[in-house]
Formats: sequence, structure tokens, C-alpha cells
Amino acid sequence: MRLIELVEKAHASGDYSELIGVIPYARTIGLECHRFGDDVIFRLPQQDENLGNPILPAIHGGVIGGFMELSASLYLMMFQPVPQMPKIVDFSIDYLRAGLNRDTFVECRLTRQGNRVANVNIHAWQKSRQDPIALARAHFLFNSGRK
Amino acid sequence: MRDPLVLAATVERFVDSLAHCRKIGLCVVSARENELILELPYSDCIVGNPESGVIHGGAITTLMDTTCGSVVICALPQFELCPTLDLRVDYMHAAAPGRPVRARASCFRETNSILFVRCEAYQDDTIIAHCVATFMRIGREATPLAYRNTIAGIIEAAQSEKGDEGCV
Repeated sequence: MRLIELVEKAHASGDYSELIGVIPYARTIGLECHRFGDDVIFRLPQQDENLGNPILPAIHGGVIGGFMELSASLYLMMFQPVPQMPKIVDFSIDYLRAGLNRDTFVECRLTRQGNRVANVNIHAWQKSRQDPIALARAHFLFNSGRK
Repeated sequence: MRDPLVLAATVERFVDSLAHCRKIGLCVVSARENELILELPYSDCIVGNPESGVIHGGAITTLMDTTCGSVVICALPQFELCPTLDLRVDYMHAAAPGRPVRARASCFRETNSILFVRCEAYQDDTIIAHCVATFMRIGREATPLAYRNTIAGIIEAAQSEKGDEGCV
């Protein structure tokens, strides 16, 4: 089954395990996806292999970035009227707090969807949604439309 | 001027102390005063698109964040942990599957509080991604002495069993 078909199937059933199971990078960092009505929350369970700074210890900033990036592209795939694979153009992240060795959550918001480009805001937190550990935004390009 | 081999060994001890970098196999290619090159080997565990085998952008972000964070060792006279304030990555090309990606970073402005770093990820002559990042200087004392000694290569009796040499 093609990736894009898996996205449709997962979103219809609310079970994302099969989709995530075929994306190696998602398995490596341990990404999970949970749907609540029309809302989707991505979860990165505590995992020692995701650590960077061994002193705190804290999750590697690159893993937090990768988790947010992957969440944003999955989110976009889910909410396209015609599912397609977005291509990332740029990604900008502000680190606000250390990501401690515990579960991390991500929520995405589609700020602007044009014909070819989408802008997504990404919010990551651990203990409380009010205290984000990182905020990011990304631009994605869609192949369809004008070449 | 510090010996490039000594710098490379210092950076390697730092990178090896980061669990996720060990997981994805990041290693040092070369280091010199204010310039560092790291390599991300191709492996199945970092693939983002199983249909094309292309590496996920997140793994490139990790490569660039680590290279930017580690070039600090090549830019500052003594090791200190500097947390990332922000990072912005522009993706120019998908990385060609089956081949490693390298990242070259340098610090272009250093103040008492902030380090400004830029970095590019490439495969041969093709630039895969470009990034700029800023790091906060929180002071040398914020990093425990034992960890500073580990990175400086001052071996303590308790931890002298360190194994592989990576790709330097």
C-alpha cells in the first residue's frame, strides 16, 4: 500500500500505528499519533536513545526539531482535501526550555494554505501546554498545481 | 592554534557523549580552529520516505544542530555547554539515498552571551541544506567539572574503558 493511502486509511480509522510503522525515522524516535475528534496530538514517549545533553539529561535538540518537523508533515498529509506528500522547504525552531527525559507532545496549526505552499505552526510541550519547550514553524511545498 | 587532531578528538568525545548521536552514528570528519565537519552515515533508521529511501529532514536537523553545537568547541578557548536558542534550516535538495551527508559549521560572531553559527549540509558538491543557529553562553561553571574533564580527555579512573574510535 502506498504511503498516501496509508495516511487516508489511518485518518479514517483513527489508528495511526500502521502508517507510523512504515516510516523508519518515526519508529527510530518513537513518534506516536493520537486523534481526538478533529484534533491530533503527537507524542514522543520518553526514550533514552533520544537524549543529547547527558548532564541534565535533556532530549537532543535535533530530535525535538525532527519530531516537530515530522509531526507537521503528517498533520498536513492528514488534512489535505486530496492527500499528497508535502516537501519541506524551511524549518525554524525556537528552543524555550530544556526538553527533559520525559514524554513530549506536539500540536500543529495550519496558519496558511496556499495553492502550492503551506505554513504550519508547531507547538511542543511536556509538563503543561502553557509552558512550551519549543515553538517552530515550517513551510511545505506541494507538487500539484502550477509547475 | 590548537592541533586539529586534538580538536577532532575533543569534539568526538563530546559527540559520543550524546546518546542520540551514537544511535544515528554521527562522527567527526575534521576539525580546526573555528571549523568543524561531521558526517551522518546513511542508515535505514533515519529514512523518512520508505518509497524513495530519502533521509528524513529531522535527521538532517539533528546533524546540523550537533555540528553547530559542537563547533563551539572549535571556536571557544575552553569547553562549555551552550544550549541552542534557535535554529533555522533551509532545505535545498533531498539527500540522495544510500550516501552519507556531511555538515560543515563555523561560528561567525562570538560575544560574551551569544554565539552565532552557520552550517551547510552537503553530499559532494550538492548543498542539501543551509542553517543558521544561535547559542547561549551560560558560563563554564554551569558545566560540571567531571563532564568538562571527560570532554577534555582527562581520563578518570572510573571511566577509562571507552571503546571505539569513530571515523577520525
